[in-house]
Amino acid sequence: MTRALRRLGQSVLVLLIMSFVIYGLIGLMPGDPVDLMIATLPNITPADIARLRELHGLDLPIWERWWSWLTAALGGDLGNSRLYGAPVESVIAGPLLRSLMLIAASLTIALAVALPIGILAALRPRGVFDTVANLVAFVGLSMPTFWLGIMLIMLFAVTFGWLPAGGVPQTGAGLVETLRHMVLPVATLAVGTVGQYTRYMRAAMIETLNQDYVRTALAKGAGRWRIVLRHALRNALIPVVTVLALDFGMLFSGALITETVFAWPGMGKLIFDAVMGNDYALALAALLLATAVTLLGNALADAAYGWLDPRIRRGSKAP
Amino acid sequence: MVIVRICLLLAALFVVMPAQAQPAKTLTIGITQFPHTLHPTIDSMAATSYIMGLARRPITAYDADWQLICLLCTDLPTLKNGRAEVVEVSKEVGDGTGRGIAVTYTLPPKAAWGDGTPITAADVLFTWEVGRHPQVGISAAELYRRILDIKVVDDKTFTLVMDRVGFTYNSIGDFGLLPAHIEGPAFRDDPAAYRSRTAYDRAPATPGLWFGPYRVTEVSQGAQVVLERNPAWWGPSPAFDRIIVKAVENTAALEANLLAGGVDMIPGELGLAVDQALAFEKRHGSRFAITYKPSLYYEHLEVPVDLPMFADVRVRRALLHAIDRQSIVDQLFGGKLTVATTRVSPLDWIHHPDLKPVAFDPDAARQLLDEAGWTPGSDGIRRNAEGQALSFPLQTTAGNRTRERVQQVLQAQWRQVGVDAQIRNEPARVLFGETMNKRQFKGAMLFAWISSPENVPRSTLHCDEIPTEANAWTGQNYAGWCDPKMDETIDLIEVELDREGRHVLWRRLQEQLMDGMPDLPLFFRSEPFILPLWLKGLRPTGHLNPSTLWVEQWTVEQ
Repeated sequence: MTRALRRLGQSVLVLLIMSFVIYGLIGLMPGDPVDLMIATLPNITPADIARLRELHGLDLPIWERWWSWLTAALGGDLGNSRLYGAPVESVIAGPLLRSLMLIAASLTIALAVALPIGILAALRPRGVFDTVANLVAFVGLSMPTFWLGIMLIMLFAVTFGWLPAGGVPQTGAGLVETLRHMVLPVATLAVGTVGQYTRYMRAAMIETLNQDYVRTALAKGAGRWRIVLRHALRNALIPVVTVLALDFGMLFSGALITETVFAWPGMGKLIFDAVMGNDYALALAALLLATAVTLLGNALADAAYGWLDPRIRRGSKAP
Repeated sequence: MVIVRICLLLAALFVVMPAQAQPAKTLTIGITQFPHTLHPTIDSMAATSYIMGLARRPITAYDADWQLICLLCTDLPTLKNGRAEVVEVSKEVGDGTGRGIAVTYTLPPKAAWGDGTPITAADVLFTWEVGRHPQVGISAAELYRRILDIKVVDDKTFTLVMDRVGFTYNSIGDFGLLPAHIEGPAFRDDPAAYRSRTAYDRAPATPGLWFGPYRVTEVSQGAQVVLERNPAWWGPSPAFDRIIVKAVENTAALEANLLAGGVDMIPGELGLAVDQALAFEKRHGSRFAITYKPSLYYEHLEVPVDLPMFADVRVRRALLHAIDRQSIVDQLFGGKLTVATTRVSPLDWIHHPDLKPVAFDPDAARQLLDEAGWTPGSDGIRRNAEGQALSFPLQTTAGNRTRERVQQVLQAQWRQVGVDAQIRNEPARVLFGETMNKRQFKGAMLFAWISSPENVPRSTLHCDEIPTEANAWTGQNYAGWCDPKMDETIDLIEVELDREGRHVLWRRLQEQLMDGMPDLPLFFRSEPFILPLWLKGLRPTGHLNPSTLWVEQWTVEQ
């Protein structure tokens, strides 16, 4: 309980610091929203500029703006998006759902494919399967996302006409139509991730299989698959879980290219637009959400460590 | 059983063919930008104007022939037809001459909002109230401020009293009419919060917000806007039951969408660059009708003329002589662009036909630079008497592939005459929000202006429009150009109501531009429209008023 509270306190502190850092960094970027308006409005007057700066709170020092945002946010008001003219939470809702759909599907597929391949490759290092798996993993890792996305569109949407080239299904579209729109972006995201997790899983499993307890088990006559699945897998999963926890937040905010290529407006694009458009309230909320998701991912990873290796849960030290 | 179901679902994903088949009466348009707001006046974005063209009408607009016409009025007011008259106003307002103009418009008798409520002068009054309210945050508030009074003649007729007399007196395309019966309560409750309460963003599918041939029925933020026939539309019936405007920012993906049938057309206003369209045409030209509409996008170079290096007009002229603009147009853009003589488009009626573009002549460039005191150094770069090299940054928006290609040609061609240009690009928000706006650039800036026909270049050339800290960096005269004679011509053009008289003044201005060379003209861009072969009647405009304003004229060839 104490540990959980400490963890929660640390997370709140991280979010607080991050909010100030994000606010400060956006504020330090050259060109505020009113500067950009001046460039497009030939008749704007100095009085207009003063009025607009005051209206958007840009006439105040950054720390003062941040403080007023923070006090409002603690009261449940995340503010209005300057770009979209709507409450931040309503602007985020749609992209958040779409991002979660992509990430959940791509991670599930990536893990379902990568973990078995990594394990099988580790059983016979430098064997035929391992060589092919390595090659495929490297190809997946090396392919630029935008290129892969376009190639998949050309193949499955243009050449075969099987799947939509991009976009989101219209309101009321059924499950099949929604899934059809998701296939290509999910595949694009998953390909790189599969390569990455295959490599991690393979390396971790090879190292685990070289541990003394595995050799002892083999000497005692335990079956190979029993050793792998019952004894080695749990230990080998620890580094994979670490990477997965870190990736979760990154995938959440970093699928920008996939979202752009497939016209699938998610959190990556939203964050990019908010930062470039100097939309403090929206950028802050979206980036803090990404931070919170990363923290949550790490907390879940810690819990998973305890399940995978009870010594970690008990806090015991290795001999 | 579960496995069988999964297999059936997977099969269904691929069996539903073709992937992008649209209902017969649906047109899907692919554009490269999604509007942040659908409110007609709060912010100005090309994507907003494009979509608004389907669902709203400005009171006046420039048509595809670049003529000012009525779209939401019965007769275009002129001094001749008596709908406009010069009146006395206070000398405290406007240009201080005490002369204003009263302009009377009549809304079409059947004009109604999408919910059937008639559009009346009360909506005009309400829009004016919102537009000039300081707390609403409308960025282009100048038009609303210039209106001193609105006199309601009857339900459909109103007279605007403007604070000054100018030849554009009857053009009020930026007056974005708002429905008082829907937006009124949100505005009056709290004008400061109106921006975040407007139904245009909160409930954009509200029928009463729209009054074009179509009305917005669904908005997927960042992805697409769905529009359907507006039953209250009083004009000719449009051809499609539904139009979907889909945003695909990545142009390669947009092309793929077009090929896959995900979109039917890519408009020139927000579509591919000319070089991309040319490449597309080579591969798939036979499947689409591809046209290149010469536009009022004026691509040019600006240098800070108040810096000693660029103060001498001979240097500026030499820089232009050294650029083979026709070759750039031919090689990079398939000859689809028009080399610019000055900032006045050859398609604009005010164009001076006797003036010709400065010729590509590297020898003349070298001679001019010699005369200006810039002689070649041992490294081939020219230097002046103080030893300063003729070397400067060449900047544009980072990531703009077309401009980056032009930059490389400019750099190479200038190098041939001993000029060293270093490419130093910046993101748009930095370039336009800081470097250019605050006049921090020390070299050549490559960018474009877009304007309406017969656009007076006050904000970009007048001495009063040089951005400084004292005027809060307003004005767009980034080059710092100041010529009292040119100011005088600009002032005279603005108030000259006689067309012929104005024509003479415009010619004088273009001669002054050729002599003074406040900027280096490159070319006028073209907008590539990639349309399905069956779509007829779409007339690109080439200026700020999008082709969607005439969507009811689009037809389907069976």
